Amino acid sequence: MRDAGREATRAEVCVTALAECFRGDGEIVANPIGTIPMIAGRLARASFEPDLMVTDGEAALVAGDEAFAWPRGKVLEYYNPYRSMFDVVWSGRRHVIMGATQIDPYGNQNFAAIGSDYRTPKTQLIGFRGAPGNTVNHATSYWVAAHSPRVFVETVDVVTGVGWNRAAAAGPAATEFFDLRRVVTNLAVLDFGGPEHRLRLVSVHPGVTVDDVVSATGFELAMGADVTESRLPTPEELQLIRDVIDPDGLRRSEIAD
Amino acid sequence: MTKLTTEEDVVSQLSDGMTIGIGGWGSRRKPMSIVRAIARSSLRDLTVVSFAGPDLGLLCAAGKVARALYPFASLDSIALEPHFRAARQSGSVEDVPWDEGMFLLGLQAAAWRVPFLPTRVGLGSDLMVHNPMLATVASPFGDGLELVAVPALRLDAAICHLNRSDERGNATFLGPDLYFDDLFLRAAETRRFISVEKVVPTPALAEEAGTELRLRIARMMVDGVVERPGAALFTSCVPDYERDEGLQKEYAASAGSADAWAAFRRDWIDVTEDEFQTKVRAR
Repeated sequence: MRDAGREATRAEVCVTALAECFRGDGEIVANPIGTIPMIAGRLARASFEPDLMVTDGEAALVAGDEAFAWPRGKVLEYYNPYRSMFDVVWSGRRHVIMGATQIDPYGNQNFAAIGSDYRTPKTQLIGFRGAPGNTVNHATSYWVAAHSPRVFVETVDVVTGVGWNRAAAAGPAATEFFDLRRVVTNLAVLDFGGPEHRLRLVSVHPGVTVDDVVSATGFELAMGADVTESRLPTPEELQLIRDVIDPDGLRRSEIAD
Repeated sequence: MTKLTTEEDVVSQLSDGMTIGIGGWGSRRKPMSIVRAIARSSLRDLTVVSFAGPDLGLLCAAGKVARALYPFASLDSIALEPHFRAARQSGSVEDVPWDEGMFLLGLQAAAWRVPFLPTRVGLGSDLMVHNPMLATVASPFGDGLELVAVPALRLDAAICHLNRSDERGNATFLGPDLYFDDLFLRAAETRRFISVEKVVPTPALAEEAGTELRLRIARMMVDGVVERPGAALFTSCVPDYERDEGLQKEYAASAGSADAWAAFRRDWIDVTEDEFQTKVRAR
C-alpha cells in the first residue's frame, strides 16, 4: 500500500480523464489501447459505467476489474477473435481510444509514416492498422502521453484516423456514424468544440497552466469559455486504480510520478 | 491421398512475381520455416499480403519483396518491424496500405469470388490516396451513399501455420485465435500450403482440439502439408510454444547494419531447417 494516503499522481489524473471519455457509453465495447487507457477503461466500468464490455487484449471480452493479470482466473463473457472484432466495429457498438504520432486541429491522426513522400518515408511507423475503419464507424478518442508540437501539428503527413473536416468532405457515408470525441494528454483534456470542429482546450491537469498547453501545441488552439482544472480521482477511484486494476503500477511506466 | 510435402517442394511451386498471402498475425503463428525457405530461394519480385510481422520483414531483408499489402507491420513485443522499416525508408518496397478490417473484406471477396465488397472503411483517410487498388462505388439503393469498393485480394499462393492437421490437410488451431488463416487459404485457388506442428490421425484432430468448433481448415482448402515442429519460431504458436523473444531480439537488432544482417542470415536462415530447429532448441 505504498500509495495509500498519497494524493493522485499525474498518471492517475490521466486515467481518470480517460475513464471520463466512456461516461454515458452504456453497453458497448470500451477498447482503450495502451497501458494508461486500459486502466481507464477498467476504472470506468468498475465505477460509473458498469455496462461497458472490455477485452483481455487477446480474443475475449472479460468480466472482472483487473487490467493486466488475472490472479483469480479470467471470467469470459464472449469469445471475440479478431474476426468478431470487426463485427463489433462495424456495428458501431465500440468506443476506441487510440494513440497518435501526429494529430491536426480537426483530429486527423497519423501513425503510419512520417515524411513528405509516402513512397520513401523518413520514418515508417506501424501502418494504418484499424484507424480508417474505426473513425468512420464508431466513437473514437485519442491518448497522447507526451503533448508536444511534434504531435500536435498543423498538417499530418498521412491521414490514418479521419478527422472532422476530412469526414465531412468524404460525404454522408463517412459522416453518418462519425463520432470523434476527445483527446486526453499528459497535460490536458481537449475536445473538438472549437470553430468548425477545431481542437479546443477543456481542462488542464493539476499543476499545468493554459500557457503550458498552448506552447506544447503546434497550432492555434481554441479555448473553452471556462477552461477548468481536470478533476482528481475520488478516494474510491484511487483505491480501484492502485489496489485492484493496476496493483503492479504499470501506469508509472507510461507517465512517471 | 496424402499431401505431406517439404518446405523446398512448396518453394518449387512458387514463381517470381507471385502474390503470396501469409497467415498468422504480427509475430504470432507465422509459417516461418517456409518463409525461411523462400528467403534462401532464387524467387524475386513477390507481392506479400499479410497481417505482417517478421514474415514480411525477413523477406524484405532477403530482397524478395517488390510490393507489400499490409494493414500493419509489427513484432508485437517490439512495436515496429525493423527490417520492413528499413526497406520502406530506403524506398526498396512498394507500399500498398490497408486497414485491418478492409483486409478481411478483400480476402473475403476473393474467397467468395466476387470482384469487391462495399464498406465505409477508408472514406476520408489517405488509404484512398496511397492504395491504388481502391475505388468508390455508389449504392444502387437510392440512399445516396458513396462507399469504398474493396477489391478481391486474389492470391497466387497462400501459406499458413496451424497446430495440428491430418495428412490430407484437415487442420485445427489450438490457440486463442484462428486469425484469418481460413480466408487466406480460400483466397487462393491453388498453391494452398500449411505447415503444422504435428500431423495426427484424423480422429485425433477433434480430440486434441477439444471441440469441433476449432476444426476450421478443411482438406479441400489445402494442397500441401509440411510437418515441422517449431516451424513458426521465433514467432509464437501457443499452446505449443511461446515466442522466442531472445531470437526475435537478435533478428530485430540485425536490421542495424549490413554486417549484422549477414551474420543473422548466416546463422539462422542460410542453414537447413533441421539445423535451424536443432540450434534454436540448444539456445
